[in-house]
Amino acid sequence: MIRMDPLAASQPECVFQVRDLVKTYTMGEVQVQALRGVNLDLFKGELIVLLGPSGSGKSTLLNILGGLDTASSGLVRYFDRELTQATEKELTEYRRFHVGFVFQFYNLIASLTARENVSIVTEISTNPMRPDEALELVGLSHRLDHFPAQLSGGEQQRVAIARAIAKNPHVLLCDEPTGALDSKTGILVLEALQRVNREIGTTTAIITHNAGIADMADRVVHLADGLISNIHVNSQRKSPSELSW
Amino acid sequence: MIKTIDTKLFRELWSMRGQAVAIILVIMSGVGLFIMSLSTLDSLFQTRQAYYQTNNFANLFISLKRAPQKLAERIVDIEGINAVETRVVAGVNVIVSGFDDPITGQLVSIPDLGHASINRLYLRKGRYIDPRKDDEVIVSESFALAHRLETGDHIHAIINGKRKKLRIVGMALSPEYIYQIAPGALMPDFKRFAILWMAKTPLSTVYDMQSAFNDVVITTSSQVNEDIIITKLDNLLNPYGGQGAYGRDIQLSHHFLEEELKQLKTTATIFPIIFFGVAAFLLNIVMARLISLQREEIANLKAFGYSNLDVGIHYAKLVSIITGIGVLCGIGLGAWLGFNLSELYIEFYKLPYLHYIIKPSTIILATLISFGLSLLGTFRSIRHASMLPPAQAMQPEPPPLYRQTIIEKFGLQSALSQPTRMILRNIERKPVKSFLSVLGIALACGVMVVGNFQKGAIDYMVNIQFRLSQQEDLSVTLSETTSYHAVYSLDNLAGINIVEGTRSVPVRFRNGHLDYRTSITGLPADSRLRRILDEQLRDVKIPDNGIVLTDYLGKLLNVSPGDTLQVEVLEGSRPVRTIQVYSLAKEYLGTSAYMERRALNRFMKEGNAINSVSMSVDMAFLNEVYRHLQEMPKVVATNVRQITVRNFYEIVAESVLFFTFIATLLGGVIAFGVVYNNARISLAERSRELASLRVLGFTRHEVGYILIGELLLLTVLAVPIGFFAGYALCYLLILNLQSDLYRVPLIIESANYTYAALVIIVSTLISSLFIWQKISRLDLVAVLKTKE
Repeated sequence: MIRMDPLAASQPECVFQVRDLVKTYTMGEVQVQALRGVNLDLFKGELIVLLGPSGSGKSTLLNILGGLDTASSGLVRYFDRELTQATEKELTEYRRFHVGFVFQFYNLIASLTARENVSIVTEISTNPMRPDEALELVGLSHRLDHFPAQLSGGEQQRVAIARAIAKNPHVLLCDEPTGALDSKTGILVLEALQRVNREIGTTTAIITHNAGIADMADRVVHLADGLISNIHVNSQRKSPSELSW
Repeated sequence: MIKTIDTKLFRELWSMRGQAVAIILVIMSGVGLFIMSLSTLDSLFQTRQAYYQTNNFANLFISLKRAPQKLAERIVDIEGINAVETRVVAGVNVIVSGFDDPITGQLVSIPDLGHASINRLYLRKGRYIDPRKDDEVIVSESFALAHRLETGDHIHAIINGKRKKLRIVGMALSPEYIYQIAPGALMPDFKRFAILWMAKTPLSTVYDMQSAFNDVVITTSSQVNEDIIITKLDNLLNPYGGQGAYGRDIQLSHHFLEEELKQLKTTATIFPIIFFGVAAFLLNIVMARLISLQREEIANLKAFGYSNLDVGIHYAKLVSIITGIGVLCGIGLGAWLGFNLSELYIEFYKLPYLHYIIKPSTIILATLISFGLSLLGTFRSIRHASMLPPAQAMQPEPPPLYRQTIIEKFGLQSALSQPTRMILRNIERKPVKSFLSVLGIALACGVMVVGNFQKGAIDYMVNIQFRLSQQEDLSVTLSETTSYHAVYSLDNLAGINIVEGTRSVPVRFRNGHLDYRTSITGLPADSRLRRILDEQLRDVKIPDNGIVLTDYLGKLLNVSPGDTLQVEVLEGSRPVRTIQVYSLAKEYLGTSAYMERRALNRFMKEGNAINSVSMSVDMAFLNEVYRHLQEMPKVVATNVRQITVRNFYEIVAESVLFFTFIATLLGGVIAFGVVYNNARISLAERSRELASLRVLGFTRHEVGYILIGELLLLTVLAVPIGFFAGYALCYLLILNLQSDLYRVPLIIESANYTYAALVIIVSTLISSLFIWQKISRLDLVAVLKTKE
C-alpha cells in the first residue's frame, strides 16, 4: 500500500517523479518517438495543465503516468513506487485504487445509467464515495438514472468525472476533457474538476491544446516534439468562469 | 445485490439478442442432434437388452430334419447349456381373404401348457392358445396390424398340402422375430410374411412329428465357449439332418437388427460428430470475433482498474449465458426428438416397449464440448485484447496496412470501381479472417451436403440393384431341391415371359481364420433376368467353374480373383470343398456369391436341380400367376421385386431418411446461424468506416455494396469449398456405413449440391437484408463525434 500522508505542510510531497522518459511506438511500418526524455515532478494537491500541439507527446505522458501504457525507457516514480518496473497486476491495482481518468470521448458504458457508470468503479474500490455523492459534486444529482444516450456531451463528461473521482483517487488524469464540448459546457466541466481539486485535494493533470484553460492551473507544462519546452507557474489561479476560451 | 458490471452484462446481452439467438440456435442444433442420436441409440440397445433378458432369447439355434424327442435330454447334457426348447417349425402359405398377393409364413410350435421357457412370446392382445383346440394360432402383431386382423378372425394356411382354417386368438411379439424377414428376402414385409404360433400337439400331428422335433433353441450360461458347444451339437444332430448350429450373430432377426443398429450407430455417431464439430468450431470463431469487437470496452474496464481476470470473467459470463441457454435448449430439443425417434424405432423394430434413457455422460459431454469451445474462442480474443496496454487499446487500431490487390497489380484497377477495390483489399488484407469466414460458411454448406446425401445415394443403389441387376419381377423359393423340369410347368403359364431356374445353397466360406455364412446362387449361364455387374456397370461373366463374390464379401474374406476359398456346404451331406474365386462383382446390397447353375450342380454332385425360380411376368396376369403359385405345394416364399423396392424404401425412409431429414433441418439452422453471425459481426466491425463513407458522400447503395458485396463474394468462394467439404464428409460417413445389409455408395446428386448451395445463398440474402436495414439506419452524426 502506498503512504497517503504528506510529509510536511511546507514542502508539498512529490506524487510523481519522471526522469528521462522515452516512449517509442511502432505504428504499422512507422516508428514514432512520442517522448524523447521527459523530466517532471508533480506535487500533491496541485493542478497542472499539459499544453502542446497534437503529437507533442502529452497524451503519451499522461497514459504512462496513469498506468495505461508502459515506457520504453526512463523512470516514473509514484510516491515510492516505480511504475516503470510494475507488473501488469501491480498496474491494475494502481489504476484501481489510485488513479481516476477522464477521457476526451467520455468512454461511458452505453448500457449503464449515470449512477451505474459510477458504481461500476466504486464497486471495486476500497474507500469510495457513494455514486450519488460523486454525481452531486459534478452537479448531476437530477440525472442519476439517465443513460449516456439521454445526456448531453457536457453531462456525459461530468458523469465521467464523477466516475473518476468517486473512488477517491490520489491523482486525477484528464485527457482533453473539454475537447469535444462547446465553451459553455466546457466551463461547467472545468468547474467540476476545479471543485474536486480544491475540496478533495486530488492531484490533477489536465491535457489540452486550448491555451485559455492554462490560467486555471498552478503550473503549466508546455510540451513539444516529445520534450518539455517550458514550465510556467501561475501566481494566481483563475476560476474557469473567468477563462477566455 | 446485482453488481453493476453484471447489469452491464444483461443489458448488453439484451441488446445483442438477435445475434445471441442465432448463436443459441447453432448450439441448440448441435447439442440437440448429439443428444437425440446418442440417447436414441442408448435407448434402443437398452430396450433390446431388457427385452432379450425378460423373454429369455436363445443363444443358440439349430434346424434339422427330424429327431426323436428323447434326444432333447442328450442336448441338455452338453456342458454349458442351460435350457433347451425343442420345437416344430414349418414354412406355410397363408391366405387372408381379400388379399391376392402370395403370403408366406412360418409356423412355430409353442408348448401346449404354460409359456415357452426360451424365446417367450410377448402377448400384445388376446390370450394364449387352448391346447385342446387344434385350430388356434397366435399371429405376429405386425402381420395382424398390416391386414387389420382382430382376435377372433380367421385366416387359412396350406399346412402340409392341406388348406386349414385357423382362428386368431392372440397377437404377439417375439425376441426371435424382432426383425421379421422371410427367408431369401432382403427386407421385412409385414403384409406378405407371417409368424404363426401354434400349440405343439396339433402342429406335430399335422406334420407327423409326434414325439419328435425339427428345431431347437438353446440358452447357454454366459461363461462358455459357444464354438465348442456348436461342434458338440452338430456332432449330435448331423445324423438327424442338422443344418448346423449357430449363435445369435447369424440368427436372422438378431443379425439384421444388429446390422441395422450398427448402421444407426454409425449415422448417429458420425452425424453428431460432424455437425457438433462444425457447430463448435463456428461457435469458437463467432465468439472470438464477437469479443474482439469489445477491444475498447476491455481497455476501458482495465483503465478503471479491472484486472485481466475480472475482464475475462465478465466476458466468460456473457458467453456462458449464451452457451448455457443454447445447451439447455439443445438438451430439451435432443430429449424430445430422441424420445420421439426412439418410439419410431421401437415401432419399426417391433420391440414391445421403450426404455428411454439419456445417459448423464452424454449430457456432460455435450455441455463440456459446447462450453469448452465457446470459452476457448472467448479467451483467445480476451487475451489478445488485453495484451495491449489500455492506452493503446483505447486508440483506434493503427491504420491497417492496405496494399494493392493482386488483381490491381495486374493493372486491372480501372476495371474495378472504388467500392469493389475496397472489398478486394479488405479481403486480401485480412486473409486469416477472410479464410475463417469462408471456411465457416463452407463447413455449413458441407453439413448440408452430408445431411442430404443419403437419399440420392440410396436411389442410386436401388436403381442399380433392382433395375439394372435384378430384372426379374417375381422369384419363388421352393421348399426342396427339384428337378429343372419344374421350370417347364411355369413356362407355359399365361403371362409369364421368361422363367429361369436357379439353385441356392447355404454355405460357410473359409479363408484361413476368416469365415462367413451365406449362400451360393447358381445362375443360368446366359441369364436374362439377373445381371452381375462390376463397378463400371459392365457385365461380369459367370464362369463355367469358379465363383464370383460380391466385392464386400471378398473384402470380408480377404480374397482376390485367383485365390482359392474353402466352401463348407450346410445342407445334405455337408461336403467341404475348395473353389477358385473368378472375379468380384460390385453389389451394394447383401453378400452374395454366384456360380453358373450347372457348375454348382456339379459342385454339389447332383443332377440338373434348382430350388428357386425367377420370372418376368406380364403385369396384367400377375394375379393369375399368384393364384397358381399359391397352389404349388413346394413354394415357400415369393418375392416380388416391386414390393421389395417399396419395402426397402419404406424401411430405409423410416430409419435412415427420417434421421437425415432432422439432421438436414438442423444443418440448415447451423448454416443460417453462421452466415447471419458472420454478416452481423462484419457490420459491427466496420460500421464506423461505413458511416464515415456515408458522411463523405457515398450513397447507401455504395456503402451497402461494400459490406454485402464482400459477404456475397466470400459466400461465392465458400460454396465450392463447401461442396468439397461435403464430399469429404460423405466419404467419412460411408466409410463407416458398410455392412452386410447394404453399402451406401458415394454418389452425390447435383440436386443435393444445389440444395446445399441454395440454403447458404438464401441465408446470405436474408442476412444481407438485415444488414441493409442496419446500414440504412447508420448514425452519421455519431461517427463524427467519436474518435475515428
